[in-house]
Amino acid sequence: MRNGAWIRNVTVAGGVVVLLFLPHLIPAYYTHLLILTFIYGLMAMSLDLLMGYTGLTSFGHAAYFGAAAYAVGILTTRYHVHFSVAMLGGLIVAFMMALIFGLMATRATEVYFLIITLALGMGVWGLAYRWVSVTGGDNGLPGIPPPDLGLPWSLSDPVNMYYFVLTFFTLACFFLSRFVHSPFGLSLRGIRESESRMRVLGYHTWLHKYTVFVIAGTFSGLGGVLYAFYNRFVSPADVHITASAEAVLMVILGGAGTLFGPVLGAGLVVFLRNLISAYTRRWLLILGVTYVLVVMYAPGGVIGAMKGTFSRLRAKMIPTPVPGGHPQKVKLQRENPDEEVLTR
Amino acid sequence: MIPSDAPGTCLVLEKVSKHFGGLRAVDGVTLEIRAGERRAIIGPNGAGKTTLFNLITGEFPVTAGRIWFFGQEITHLPPHRRAALGIGRTFQITNLFPKLTVLENVLLAVQGLRPTKYVMHRPIWGYPELQQQARHLIERVGLWEKRDLPLTNLSYGEQRQVEVLLALAGGPKLLLLDEPTAGLSPGETRVIVEIIRSLDPTITVLLIEHDMDVAFEVADRITVLHFGRVLAEGTKAEIKANREVQNIYLGAGTGS
Ligand SMILES: Nc1ncnc2c1ncn2[C@@H]1O[C@H](COP(=O)(O)OP(=O)(O)OP(=O)(O)O)[C@@H](O)[C@H]1O
Ligand SMILES: [Mg+2]
Repeated sequence: MRNGAWIRNVTVAGGVVVLLFLPHLIPAYYTHLLILTFIYGLMAMSLDLLMGYTGLTSFGHAAYFGAAAYAVGILTTRYHVHFSVAMLGGLIVAFMMALIFGLMATRATEVYFLIITLALGMGVWGLAYRWVSVTGGDNGLPGIPPPDLGLPWSLSDPVNMYYFVLTFFTLACFFLSRFVHSPFGLSLRGIRESESRMRVLGYHTWLHKYTVFVIAGTFSGLGGVLYAFYNRFVSPADVHITASAEAVLMVILGGAGTLFGPVLGAGLVVFLRNLISAYTRRWLLILGVTYVLVVMYAPGGVIGAMKGTFSRLRAKMIPTPVPGGHPQKVKLQRENPDEEVLTR
Repeated sequence: MIPSDAPGTCLVLEKVSKHFGGLRAVDGVTLEIRAGERRAIIGPNGAGKTTLFNLITGEFPVTAGRIWFFGQEITHLPPHRRAALGIGRTFQITNLFPKLTVLENVLLAVQGLRPTKYVMHRPIWGYPELQQQARHLIERVGLWEKRDLPLTNLSYGEQRQVEVLLALAGGPKLLLLDEPTAGLSPGETRVIVEIIRSLDPTITVLLIEHDMDVAFEVADRITVLHFGRVLAEGTKAEIKANREVQNIYLGAGTGS
């Protein structure tokens, strides 16, 4: 375990260093796609808390992303507030929305949860589309100004924006990975595996599901806030069911229940969409086909496939070790006084 | 008159019923279990034994009747609140966390009644006392070497042992065991029986058991359930001698 943690820390540190230099090494277009990857990665990671960890598949996760983005759009273009106030406003809107929607959704399980979240998401889309006086309807909200940090660097430069987004993305990754490894995070996986067992162990399972629902909605909202500032334009398409379906695909593509897998999934979806849209407009069709192929041939997603390959390689190179078989610990176990009671 | 007021009474069921549509799975059952008692519940398939457990743990709401636990009425408490009062159970059909490791399975049980379960910002391995207690439990059945294996990699017999460990982790006052030895080999059955026998004598145990030898070995008193009703209740000798019980359940050759 210690060894594993050491390797992981080095990998993470190496990854961060690479990400710090990347925008100076790659064409601007790829920087743009990376920024989108971080932004959608936030949505995908937060959705993974529900899908992969708790076993609740939400088909309306773009609603919180979009609501936060709209909040930023309205606060900055209409009320011209400071960017920090707009950010906070966006997060609060996503939080409040998850607080209310969660009450309706988390009472249901499995397919009913999916249907309710889908319906709520469509409601939000309807609102964005119809409530023209506030949302601009079909025209959306153009002209969102990039954050003014009061520093010599302008965030209208994509490279500076890259660092701005990367900062929040890294912080979110840090908190989310602490979160999933915490006692509470373990309780979510327990609920995924057997909610009835969790109840008799003393868990108020609804409370855990509701709490993670609100947390997931809020982190999706953080993605939406950054999206509004980067894209400078919000429209009903951002809260459409297609956006929610893309989020689900990101999680499945990357590997549900792996937290960082969905970021890879987000990257794949972002790159695919942008590369393919040059050739065809049938993005939805391709989305659907990818979805089916992944579910059929790589149900563990990219991370699952990589883990499989890795453990096969290791099995070939090292003779199979006894699981956890450190000689001293085996001895400790034999000395265990309880053993005598049992074999009396 | 509420019998639960008597000191030393652990569990009282008063005319408890559970109907599934027209089916009376549990039909007016009245039971009184002393603290520290070892009670076996026997009865043919479909007699309502498991349903009775589900009513005691709160998995199902009762159709009628009332339940007391150490003098406190729990009829309408949700399952997690009853668990917090000290009711633990195992399941007839193994009900664990298949994709989690053995250690994670037991950790979930160990933290189930502690406020630690709500902590979100610290990794679970930062709680030595939880780890220590989990280790102690796992070592009790000699599975410590396998702690990092996913639960599904364990044999059926080992999974049944973990099933009991999870119920013990919260330090229950009342332990409900639903056919803990079902499907086990004689050797594996011994392991489970010895765990039950080595329990703290203050723990009250309710045991559903099809294996008569196990039931008679572990229990002080026996309740026979038939079509959702209590057919007979008494000591081993009384139950063995009971004609009705012999007819419907024990059959010929068991009354020796
Ligand atoms: N959730 C449910 N919905 C409908 N009917 C149920 C439900 N649970 C149990 N039953 C029915 O209630 C009756 C009693 O079932 P129960 O599982 O309590 O029996 P049991 O005594 O535990 O039997 P076994 O020895 O086979 O475990 C059965 O007829 C069963 O089909
Ligand atoms: Mg049963």
